Amino acid sequence: MSIEVIRAGVLTSVQDGGRAGHAGAGVGRAGAMDADALELANALVGNASDAPALEMTLVGPRLRFARAASIAVCGADVDLLIDGVARPTWRRLRVEAGSLVDASRLRHGARAVLAIDGGVDVPRVLGSAASDLNAGLGPPALRDGDTLALGDAADPPPGATWGLDPTPWFDADPRLPIALVPGAHADALDARSREALFGEAFRIGNHSNRVGYRLEGVPLTLTAPIELVSSPVTRGTLQLPPGGTPIVLMAEHPVTGGYPLIGQVAAIDAGRLAQRRPGDGVRFVATTAAQAQSRYIARRLQLDALLRAIRERRP
Amino acid sequence: MTITEPAIEPLGESVLVLRFGERIDLALNARVHAVAAALRDAALPGMLDLVPAYASLAIHYDPLAWITTTTWRSHDDEAEPASSRLAARVREIVAQVTTVDEDDGRLVEVPVHYGGDDGPDLAALAANAGLTVDDAIARHAAVTYRVAMLGFAPGFPYLLGLDPVLHAPRLASPRTRVPAGSVAIGGAQTGIYPSALPGGWRLVGRTPLVLFDASRPSPALLRAGDRVRFVPA
Repeated sequence: MSIEVIRAGVLTSVQDGGRAGHAGAGVGRAGAMDADALELANALVGNASDAPALEMTLVGPRLRFARAASIAVCGADVDLLIDGVARPTWRRLRVEAGSLVDASRLRHGARAVLAIDGGVDVPRVLGSAASDLNAGLGPPALRDGDTLALGDAADPPPGATWGLDPTPWFDADPRLPIALVPGAHADALDARSREALFGEAFRIGNHSNRVGYRLEGVPLTLTAPIELVSSPVTRGTLQLPPGGTPIVLMAEHPVTGGYPLIGQVAAIDAGRLAQRRPGDGVRFVATTAAQAQSRYIARRLQLDALLRAIRERRP
Repeated sequence: MTITEPAIEPLGESVLVLRFGERIDLALNARVHAVAAALRDAALPGMLDLVPAYASLAIHYDPLAWITTTTWRSHDDEAEPASSRLAARVREIVAQVTTVDEDDGRLVEVPVHYGGDDGPDLAALAANAGLTVDDAIARHAAVTYRVAMLGFAPGFPYLLGLDPVLHAPRLASPRTRVPAGSVAIGGAQTGIYPSALPGGWRLVGRTPLVLFDASRPSPALLRAGDRVRFVPA
């Protein structure tokens, strides 16, 4: 059974938990930009947390369902219409065979995940269904007229029927600070740039994408150039190319890079950053690696508890 | 040989980076691969990925494998974070890695058709180096290279050992599309484009070998630590 893509939207792609285990061969992780949204949407429709779902960007898709399905949309605030009727996000919804699902309007935030019971059925590449558009791995982005196969859904669908409060898991307010651990080369910034890093607001550039966000507005400079050989980078790494516009690496990050490492965005704020749009502001607040890790673990345990509650239909 | 302890630092919540130095150096890189092999054998809890680079090594891990959830308190954890616990284990393992055999590593022969349409930059590169094209080919094919790391794109090998006479700066304006299999020189490095990619290295030849195929059991033809010889075809 399948869904027909009437309108693909700006950038809609199949994403899951990403590709682990091949970074040593130069293969990055990819996967959903807002990982919490992916896990929660999947849990609501009874899928494994990292099952393949659709990630939409800025303008979402319009889809015709060939089979009845359970769907859930989490992440950005979407004006979700099923056969023309407004429906809530952050909860499991029933879609009948032949129904038209319109998720084209994202009101607030940059990305939403649409999960479908049984998952989107595309061939796995190196263990993952994720589109890594930069590396050319996995399926291409959706195009108008595409047909997407769906996996087999459980009947009756598992998972809670209640809706979630998105508050702890989604916030696209661009005024909220983003926690940043100063990087290995933060001390090499000149005094003005060091002050600007945590004192000024940056703006997400128009050429930002799933690989990285360019942070414009306040060019950063080093006291003297540093000669570096390529070394590991990861999601959230803030690097400084010679032009002075820092780039924060996102889901489709390369596994190594040769630019000075200015900082590392705390993982608890990774989803929050992924929800910002080009033109939105970014203001950093300093944290330590230990504190960032501790907060990440606390949030992860909280998310795991919520995922269990959804699966066990506990109120 | 004397061995310096690497600096071990967190790069975010789920990566630990070991820094052995800050230069491109065969001995340093061999040390990276020896430590990577020891860590692979140790199979520590929560290990997700190991990424060897020129003089550093990333361990991707799940920090939840390094806490005890029943006793976990955020305050305790900041006093001794999961990353510190893993770093302590890693230090023990690194201390056990005493011998580094620089000739250790699989030897892979890579047939190359040098020059012409397959290596459009070879003639100019040879001329700049004061060599005939045949001499440039002979020098490029005379060395046994070491795969220092894979990066840039899936399966792209950075090779160590290029004859200094053949060092050549990157192109001022990169090509928007370099054909798959292109053998190229960028600065002091030589490498092979695994797929059609944009690139600024100078193209000297092309191999018919497929460097990366996701459907193979081992997708990347070359692994970090391998030795490589180019065979003019």
